[in-house]
Amino acid sequence: MRVHAQRVGALLGGLSFPALSMADWTVNMTPGVTGTSNDIFDLHMTIFWICVVIGVVVFGIMFWSIFAHRKSQGAKPANFHENTLVEVLWTLIPLVILIVMAIPATTTLIDMYDTTESDVDIKVTGYQWKWQYEYINEDFGYFSNLTTPKDQINNRQAKGENYLLEVDNPMIIPVGKKVRFLLTANDVIHSWWVPDFGVKKDAIPGFINEAWTRVDKPGTYRGQCTELCGKDHGFMPVVVKAVPEEEYNTWVADQKAAAEKERELTQKDWTMEELMERGEKAYVTACAACHQADGSGVPPAFPALKGSAIATGDMAAHIDVVVNGVSGTAMQAFGGQLSEADLAAIITYERNAWGNKVGDMVTPKEIFDYKNQQ
Amino acid sequence: MSAVAGTHAQDHHHGPARGISRWLLTTNHKDIGSMYLIFSFTMFLLGGTMAMVIRAELFQPGLQIVQPEFFNQMTTMHGLIMVFGAVMPAFVGLANWMIPLMIGAPDMALPRMNNWSFWLLPCAFLILVSTLFMEGGAPNFGWTFYAPLSTTYGPPSTTFFIFAIHIMGVSSIMGAINVIATVLNMRAPGMTLMKMPMFVWTWLITAFLLIAVMPVLAGVVTMMLMDINFGTSFFNAAGGGDPVLFQHVFWFFGHPEVYIMILPAFGAISQIIPAFSRKQLFGYASMVYAVGAIALLSFLVWAHHMFTVGVPVAGQLFFMYATLLIAVPTGVKVFNWVATMFRGSLTFEAPMLFAIAFVILFTIGGFSGLMLAIAPADFQYHDTYFVVAHFHYVLVPGAIFGIFASAYFWLPKWTGHMYDETLAKTHFWLSFVGMNLAFFPMHFLGLAGMPRRIPDYALQFADFNMVSSVGAFMFGATQLLFLLIVVKCVKGGEKAAAKPWDGAEGLEWTVPSPAPYHTFSTPPEVK
Ligand code: HEM
Ligand SMILES: [Cu+2]
Repeated sequence: MRVHAQRVGALLGGLSFPALSMADWTVNMTPGVTGTSNDIFDLHMTIFWICVVIGVVVFGIMFWSIFAHRKSQGAKPANFHENTLVEVLWTLIPLVILIVMAIPATTTLIDMYDTTESDVDIKVTGYQWKWQYEYINEDFGYFSNLTTPKDQINNRQAKGENYLLEVDNPMIIPVGKKVRFLLTANDVIHSWWVPDFGVKKDAIPGFINEAWTRVDKPGTYRGQCTELCGKDHGFMPVVVKAVPEEEYNTWVADQKAAAEKERELTQKDWTMEELMERGEKAYVTACAACHQADGSGVPPAFPALKGSAIATGDMAAHIDVVVNGVSGTAMQAFGGQLSEADLAAIITYERNAWGNKVGDMVTPKEIFDYKNQQ
Repeated sequence: MSAVAGTHAQDHHHGPARGISRWLLTTNHKDIGSMYLIFSFTMFLLGGTMAMVIRAELFQPGLQIVQPEFFNQMTTMHGLIMVFGAVMPAFVGLANWMIPLMIGAPDMALPRMNNWSFWLLPCAFLILVSTLFMEGGAPNFGWTFYAPLSTTYGPPSTTFFIFAIHIMGVSSIMGAINVIATVLNMRAPGMTLMKMPMFVWTWLITAFLLIAVMPVLAGVVTMMLMDINFGTSFFNAAGGGDPVLFQHVFWFFGHPEVYIMILPAFGAISQIIPAFSRKQLFGYASMVYAVGAIALLSFLVWAHHMFTVGVPVAGQLFFMYATLLIAVPTGVKVFNWVATMFRGSLTFEAPMLFAIAFVILFTIGGFSGLMLAIAPADFQYHDTYFVVAHFHYVLVPGAIFGIFASAYFWLPKWTGHMYDETLAKTHFWLSFVGMNLAFFPMHFLGLAGMPRRIPDYALQFADFNMVSSVGAFMFGATQLLFLLIVVKCVKGGEKAAAKPWDGAEGLEWTVPSPAPYHTFSTPPEVK
């Protein structure tokens, strides 16, 4: 059935829809690059053709009636109104077709659920509105944010090739290895999808879901969050880069070293200028989606920081809000998400940017102590 | 069926009251039916306007017209208004008008409750629509309002939304009780259950579905209310709750709900096709059993909306098999409609055009349903535009075309005039083309990977989105034509005979057109 479906799929792609080669008028699912995604594609094509055949028969008879049994053509109504044999047949035949269809679907499903014996484990956490990837056996992790500039979204600048599907730090995986994803979320439900892998799984707060993939072809694969998760649901893409194993290993080593360096930053002595500079950058990636780059917010859901009581008031309260979040609102606890250096830089920046002139600063070391005394 | 004696003698009894109190206080099933229908059409236009906002924003990539916050409010309100404000009340309106006429009853069994259940609706929707003007905006978490997006992270107006849902639920349950009481107790002598018109049968079963699941909906929104306002943690993982529980409860309501929106249309179509085929419905008994089977199975398939949430594999398989199974009785119905047309004597007045389009396009929606039922494939389809295409194919040419077909079929009975056939056919063809243009490309978008509920999209989705928006504007604008046709038909037009369709059957055609204010005060005899 599989070969058959593939052939039929090729036929559909090659003949009936020559436009398929132009990305813009794509009408069908792509087979993707993994075993799972190919299995799914075959199931999709098989059930599609079953539907087409049933459709041709049923609509064929119907159009025949519309054509031949018109009153205007002098058609006289027959007066049959039941036929047990026919009625039993058209109950049983679909039943058999469906049972036949259910068999390969069952096999594929069971295979998709087999997350055992993985080579690499990556924890994927959904946040409003970004993804966090933690390589749990390697002790490092990072966030993956949309990089499409606001100006492109607001039509002030021409849109780039990967508009809305580009991030700062893609997930990196080695080719030919079984990669297991452990999915969860920090706030609301998100869903992590890479169409080319045939992997889509919800990331749910309080739950850890599992999925897996094995990619044989190096390349960059793009997807999106598929569960409505609030304002920027459309702006948290998924980008995965599959690279050869040696390249992957070098990358992991670099990441581990960088993570180590990041930890050292906490101990370093910082000046106000350094904090402000780092703070501006970190603010844009972590905070600006809600509070806006100019600190004006989107009241009432996302309060302005410019001139706000917290950002211009008591330092301890300010640290508390950023580190621990405000429960019951969209303000997350950033203490676990950002490094001490970034936290200190952002808080310092918020107190001294856009006309906020408190003039004080907090160092990464102080943040470190604050977090540990809690 | 025997003719009716005594319908004309009712005029001395009493006619409608004068002025506004006729509408506020009426207990007459025809008045209440009309009010439901008018209300439903108003909501249809309002929900449709929101759809136009959505399609205008999606006309091109980039943000042009609205911001994401407002876009989410539009998708949410569009869904809620169409489901609870347009489709469901339209069917209750049809039930009110037609069930007593079809079973030879003088009115609904519980006329005062009937009045109350209607008047709750405008109140509920006033509350719901007013949330648009509240601080923080209207509900923005989708018509499926998944927690915790709708609880911990919901806007302040969520509590008003919950209250509105409660009121709608009360209204629906009262409507359903009324239908059941009427159908079971007030049928004319001789009308056994297996002689009832299909519309009555499908509504009877729908009413049981409503009574079974509206309390579940009320339960789930009440749990939300507690989470939001009283510190419970039903759905809050941080407090030991379970966000997935929400989805189980919601879809236990939600899947039967989709059948609530289609079964009455099945019934109406099962009467319209025989009328214009001049041939008895094929397989009446199997039609009844199929509807029953669909209704029962609809309680066993809810998790097919949740294939990606991580249900254990055994659960996935169960829900996949059960969902595939539901396609069998659905298929039986389609085959029966086609067999009814086969070797009939067909004419193509507006009701028949809508009915034929119903059969074809609903079946296409059924096909995509079948594809979605294949759990592994659903991992690719889920929460993409493919699902949006699926449910619009079953709901627009399904539920909505079913309602239009019914309206044209019974308008002569309601108003005493024939509607303008040319305009009605124009309405049909423009709707047909617009609807397919709007929704067919959504299949392609979904398969190409476009998620649903996004205000902006990647460039490869641009072309089909533009096509879809053009189709949507066309479909939307066309509906104003329907308003014109109905107003014209109410005001005047060719006089309608008691039975304007030569192939139609049933007691409703034995009373004059327009149907007098009181009918069947003396029950007719059904042989
Ligand atoms: C052959 C019959 C049908 C089958 C097998 C079927 C199957 C499905 C499946 C599996 C889904 C979930 C897709 C997903 O979210 O990934 C779905 C969604 C949906 N279906 Fe159907 N369906 C059928 C008929 C209908 C009918 C008759 C209606 C309504 C009149 C309907 C309305 C809907 C709606 C509204 C949704 C989407 C809900 C949402 O997520 O917002 N379906 N259907
Ligand atoms: Cu369903």
